[in-house]
Amino acid sequence: MSGARGGFWRTWIFSVDHKVVGIQYLVASASMLFLGGLLAMAIRWQLAWPWTEMPIVGQLVFGDVGRVMNPAAYTALFTMHGTAMVFFAILPLLTGAFGNFLVPLLVGAPDMAFPRLNAASFWIFLAACATFLASAFVEGGASNSGWTAYPPLATLPSAAPGSGSGQSLWLVAIVVLGVSSILNALNAVVTVVKMRAPGMTWMRLPLTAWGLFVASALQLAALPVLTAGGILQLCDRWIGTGFYTPVGLIVNSVAPDAVATTGGSPLLWQHLFWFYSHPAVYVMVLPAMGFVSDILSVNARKPVFGYKPMVWAITSIAGLGLIVWGHHMFTSGLGFEMGRAFMLSTMLIALPSAVKTFNWIATIWGGRIRLTAAMCFALGFVALFVIGGLSGLWLAATPVDVYLHDTYLVVAHFHYIVFGGTVLAIFAALHHWIPKMTGRALSETLGRWHFLGTFIALNCVFLPMHQLGIAGMIRRTADPSVYELFDRLVPLNRFVTWSAFALFAWQSLFVVNLAWSLFRGARVGRNPWEATTLEWETTSPPPHGNFDSELVISCGPYEYGDAAGERDFRPQTRSTA
Amino acid sequence: MRHAAVALILLLLVGVLAFFAVSPEHGWWLPPSASTVATEIDGLFDAIGIVIAVGFVLVMVLLAWAVWHGAQNREGRSRSTHGHTGLEIAWTAAVAAVLVAIAFGQLPTWAALRDPAGKPAGGPTAVVVAQQWSWRFEHAGLDGRLGTVDDLETAFELVVPAGEPVLLELRSRDVIHSFFVPELRLKQDVVPGRSAPLWFTISEPGTFELVCAELCGFGHYAMAGRVRALPRAEYDMWLAERARDQRSRGSEDAR
Repeated sequence: MSGARGGFWRTWIFSVDHKVVGIQYLVASASMLFLGGLLAMAIRWQLAWPWTEMPIVGQLVFGDVGRVMNPAAYTALFTMHGTAMVFFAILPLLTGAFGNFLVPLLVGAPDMAFPRLNAASFWIFLAACATFLASAFVEGGASNSGWTAYPPLATLPSAAPGSGSGQSLWLVAIVVLGVSSILNALNAVVTVVKMRAPGMTWMRLPLTAWGLFVASALQLAALPVLTAGGILQLCDRWIGTGFYTPVGLIVNSVAPDAVATTGGSPLLWQHLFWFYSHPAVYVMVLPAMGFVSDILSVNARKPVFGYKPMVWAITSIAGLGLIVWGHHMFTSGLGFEMGRAFMLSTMLIALPSAVKTFNWIATIWGGRIRLTAAMCFALGFVALFVIGGLSGLWLAATPVDVYLHDTYLVVAHFHYIVFGGTVLAIFAALHHWIPKMTGRALSETLGRWHFLGTFIALNCVFLPMHQLGIAGMIRRTADPSVYELFDRLVPLNRFVTWSAFALFAWQSLFVVNLAWSLFRGARVGRNPWEATTLEWETTSPPPHGNFDSELVISCGPYEYGDAAGERDFRPQTRSTA
Repeated sequence: MRHAAVALILLLLVGVLAFFAVSPEHGWWLPPSASTVATEIDGLFDAIGIVIAVGFVLVMVLLAWAVWHGAQNREGRSRSTHGHTGLEIAWTAAVAAVLVAIAFGQLPTWAALRDPAGKPAGGPTAVVVAQQWSWRFEHAGLDGRLGTVDDLETAFELVVPAGEPVLLELRSRDVIHSFFVPELRLKQDVVPGRSAPLWFTISEPGTFELVCAELCGFGHYAMAGRVRALPRAEYDMWLAERARDQRSRGSEDAR
């Protein structure tokens, strides 16, 4: 890919080529996605058959401790699952893998603005992954205060076994990851602002580029806050500052060290954490929305409907995304007026999301649809993003949220967005762009089967979680049968678990497809999808430096259909004559 | 293949609606409601549920329709339309109207729940103390005031009068907990270092499960409690009885 010279190590390991860095991110974060999925299986086992011997995963996860779950291990399990998925799988898959691979290609640049910094951000990311994984093997075990790490549970070692070294390493991993992501985001933003090819005006950027650009800008704005907040929590732990720990706590019948209780506020952490971690939700969905817009347009052979409203929607989601964090705190004692204010901003953010949905449908409306595997996944995204978005209406209404907060309805809601939405969009993007990455096609038939099973199984997993939550079943519970109210939910929980096993197993189809494609897949030319955007102008895979000819961009990214010229599409580089 | 694609969208549509339709009869739904505000919250839940259902059906039908027609279009080209300002304005305005309606429609209930103006006058009926992993309650006793000799302490079970406003003060000794009574539709985090007021009126006497809803360590799942609501007369009787017990225990201790 990056030239014949240099051999394996120079080409694949210590390369500064943005495409190699992107693929490195892809491999690393896909591995974390697999790990997170494995942890989810263990979580589901416990919820279906609490405190019983767990086959396979039990041995892998607990090893010599025994194959039966214990409460502390369970809390560590969902903490690791959430952290792995959000911070080490989904975010880096989007901004790390696709961001690095696609941004320079889409804007017509030879590489990222700072290639060495780019490679550095990957290696720092890998260090963060290693630290995070190491946190599971220290005394007391992995952090078990949830992926949200609320103090004082997270800050006082006497409050939870994982709040010792496990939590410290967790925080170090998050801070190091923050540094990596900030560097990576900075690189993407500078690349889009400064390195667009001649003629590539802002309003000619493909929506994938817009999504990745705005997501990176959002990270630049909000991530320093979480990173600093994480450092403060480390200070609390290591030098007894007490930013988050109030005075006078009695944990396990003993008062914590006097220095650690200097009158801090646990709510401060919640503000700092959600100030980034809510925008992070949009970082996890804006690029996905971009992929889907582009894939729908290519495969419907029709321009994206309402390009400018789409750009407006992306940017306003990002802007509003910075002022809705308080809706995670409706029950935390935020106060009456603040609850009202955050409710209004949250309602407002539903608007651009709805506008985008209607624009996607209008994009394919009257198109000439090719149901490629990528298209199936993109259509799946639209259908399931809608479900995740609509259930958000219940949660945005403060009085209803008071009831539903911290129940499984919230779990259902964000899994519809992140799995039904983003993960399906990632599969769509993989089917769409892997031929560009490797020069070989994936099997369309296998891809469609993979989609079909994934789509059905994931609905069987996440749909019943709505009912669990409506019935009041709380999140993060190791055993709902403690409460009579949740007794009736046993069959639902078992159904969800069986479906989750099926969903996990079904993903092997994608692994097979990918492996087959890497070695046996048909070679593709430059532009297998007959698409207009710049990455399809160059060879598959593109050479170091990306483009073999001078680029002059002459039109927008969505010239498909009857006005496009002799074929039904007009590449962005061809003259308008 | 287009048949399969459209069938899948319709399967999702019908499957989701059917599953939601049969859930209440299996008990996979809101538990019975037992506070005055719970009725209001359930009303909001249902109203928003209807909006959700309508939005969901609309989008799925449009999606199925677009895929059905788009995937059978084998010849010719699509129209190169780039958008329609009127349509954009129309659906933006329509969605905005619905959101404004929901936003303002829920304000009265939010006020009923949390507006400090509606907080019952006087001191709290009881103080709730949360700790890893149990609930403790200090009842104000017959004189209705805390910090007096007739205060009553219980573990696990909170007893309150039904049919009248109850004011609780929530405190935590160690980490964050959350006071969640599903049948009352009430949830309030208990954050150490500050006390949170919570007020409500239980409509009918009864016993309700108390759930800790905020992760508070590995015993979180088992941090159960109970709220028992008694008619005023029985409540007073209970207080008097318990006060007598406590006095006799106290005098035994003194001997």
